[in-house]
Amino acid sequence: MTEMTGAEMVIEALADQGVEHIFGYPGGAVLPIYDALFQSQDRVRHILVRHEQGAVHAAEGYARSTGKVGCVLVTSGPGATNAVTGLTDALCDSIPLVVITGQVPTHLIGNDAFQECDTVGITRPCTKYNYLVKTIDDLPRALHEAFHIAASGRPGPVVVDIPKDIQFAKGTYARPKEFQHKGYRPRLEGDPDRIKQAVEMMAAAKRPLFYTGGGVINSGRAASEHLRELVKLTGFPITSTLMGLGAYPAADPQWLGMLGMHGTWEANWAMHDCDLMVCIGARFDDRITGRLDAFSPGSRKIHVDIDPSSINKNVKVDLPIVGDCDHVLADMLRAWRALAPAPNPSPQAGEGRAEALKAWWAQIDKWRAKKSLAYRVSNDIIKPQYAIERLFALTKDRDTYITTEVGQHQMWAAQFYRFQEPNRWMTSGGLGTMGYGLPASVGVQLAHPGSLVIDIAGEASVMMTMQEISTAVQYDLPVKIFIINNKYMGMVRQWQELLHGGRYSHSYSEALPDFVKLAEAYHAHGIRCEHPRDLDGKIREMIEVKRPVIFDCVVDPAENCFPMIPSGRAHNEMLLGDAAASVEDAVTEAGKMLV
Amino acid sequence: MSTTTTTHYPASTRTEQVETRTLCVLVDNEPGVLARVIGLFSGRGYNIDSLTVSETEHEKHLSRITIVTRGTPMVLEQIKNQLDRLVPVHRVVDITMAGPSIQRELAMVKVRGKDEHRMEALRLADAFRARVIDATTESFVFEITGASEKIESFINLMLPVGLVEVSRTGIVAIARGPEAMLSRA
Repeated sequence: MTEMTGAEMVIEALADQGVEHIFGYPGGAVLPIYDALFQSQDRVRHILVRHEQGAVHAAEGYARSTGKVGCVLVTSGPGATNAVTGLTDALCDSIPLVVITGQVPTHLIGNDAFQECDTVGITRPCTKYNYLVKTIDDLPRALHEAFHIAASGRPGPVVVDIPKDIQFAKGTYARPKEFQHKGYRPRLEGDPDRIKQAVEMMAAAKRPLFYTGGGVINSGRAASEHLRELVKLTGFPITSTLMGLGAYPAADPQWLGMLGMHGTWEANWAMHDCDLMVCIGARFDDRITGRLDAFSPGSRKIHVDIDPSSINKNVKVDLPIVGDCDHVLADMLRAWRALAPAPNPSPQAGEGRAEALKAWWAQIDKWRAKKSLAYRVSNDIIKPQYAIERLFALTKDRDTYITTEVGQHQMWAAQFYRFQEPNRWMTSGGLGTMGYGLPASVGVQLAHPGSLVIDIAGEASVMMTMQEISTAVQYDLPVKIFIINNKYMGMVRQWQELLHGGRYSHSYSEALPDFVKLAEAYHAHGIRCEHPRDLDGKIREMIEVKRPVIFDCVVDPAENCFPMIPSGRAHNEMLLGDAAASVEDAVTEAGKMLV
Repeated sequence: MSTTTTTHYPASTRTEQVETRTLCVLVDNEPGVLARVIGLFSGRGYNIDSLTVSETEHEKHLSRITIVTRGTPMVLEQIKNQLDRLVPVHRVVDITMAGPSIQRELAMVKVRGKDEHRMEALRLADAFRARVIDATTESFVFEITGASEKIESFINLMLPVGLVEVSRTGIVAIARGPEAMLSRA
């Protein structure tokens, strides 16, 4: 028990939680906390961003690449409102964050004071939970509970709003022992009877498929290990959502590639035609299911999720299992081994299953033969797919982390950058936030100083949070901003081409900056590449420069992202790149309503 | 390729029957908890037909919220799961599905009039076992408790005899039998 100010308690609590870095931006209502940071000789290292949205995305990148809680410190009013996009992004993608916001003194709350906003009111729907701390006695508990809530169960962002007088007030702080929240108890273990039933269904399936998602990544490294083992033992094919890439290695022959709107032909057809779908830590999002009444019509479905509200939300499943992916996968492995479908245990068990699944794999190989990611290579102009393929080829043997912005480049990155490990892929999946990737890369690089951190960006997205390159320069974070520059908001342009008669309404950036000069203005390194023959050399240059780099990769402005399930269509109605001619009439009137 | 018009979004809700349910929700009585519950309903497009709330366990600072809502079975399951996911929510019980239950509402009904209308209002109130809780020479306030339908009938009957104002609590509910709905240990 120590007497200290509220501001000092914030630093103590952060240190007690093992926080090493906090992203933030000072302002009037958090000055006492900034003073405490200064006086505590950076027990917690503060990273000064250029905009509060950047702070939250950086914390997201930090959290996703480490599995730890990301931390943010911003001031009241505009500081808090600027953080809202990042909070919503973190809620959609289940990223654990603790965001501390300053607030006007308690006696001024509700008075329309300078830089006052109703932070808890504004952030209530975009956080997992939030606090307005009104007495100093509540502060230690609120801070520690915030970390517990952010990191446990289905992770998410938590806001702690601290009025300035509470930061000055004195109180007693005690390092908390293990505490239990009075009501909040996420369920981690799956029901053993249902797990047993699940493996029985799996053993009997003729056309089974694993469909996995971000829940496996969030559940920790061990969940990915268990998943890999289970997939090997069962011999089943596996696909994943955008959020789940890396949980299973893309180089493995059982991997079908990503599924969904821009997923591979084989993944989506396997989803449509399977007789058993084993969904683990994914949520049947509309980008995944396509037309719901035609979604995988012949399959029985098992759904493992830590959040009961994700179950039966969009798609009715036959066997729901509420629990943490790690626990449930470990139990499934045990149950599968106990079932021992083959006379010999592993690895022969896997081979035995492969025999039973021969017809299914033969069908999958036929779908694979479509080569749905094929594109026309050019000798004169850089195709965006080619740029990412080369980037992958030249960085895959390094310790590499990838972030992205949102749009065509994001989908190409998901298709062509073949992730082998979890926590290496940071992208805004649920909310689709343009401007996510650059600040996220700053957070990733801070957490992994010796690693190669690349933001695969679009020139439109990256302009939304470009200012954070200044943060990267300040802290010597050698992030690589690899801009797939097609001068368009590419995904908007693609939809306008498909849905709106090629009327490219405001999707062309007529006044782009010179990205090389822009890099130099920020004291970063600029590289431009306009020809395929120069690409490899310039990517190598980018890797070798030990400073932040903005790489302006000028690509074919007319390239579209395929394969594609048009809005309002089912998995078996997807379009391929070489079917471009038939694209015009592929979208139904109802589909046009849907983005 | 087929040209059927359809959407990405659940179409099945149109074919499923909409049902009415009463949910009892035990929550921490803390600032903002009601805003969380109401925000959940408005944000996700659920219906609230009636909502009552009061602290019921003072030592534990627990409040009980009774919500009457409508939706398809799939939406109702969502509502329960989404409520249960809120951090300050301890328990959600679907009192309609959990077994036999009692649902009651209280209303205060103000009637203004003279002579024969006054006499008729009193006669009707007596028939409905409504109590007079305020009276002047030209008005009564009746208190009536019962199922919503009974209150509805009473109010309709009061119309022609000078109804001027109604205040209703909304529904509170409890399960029949000895079992209690408790907070989690």
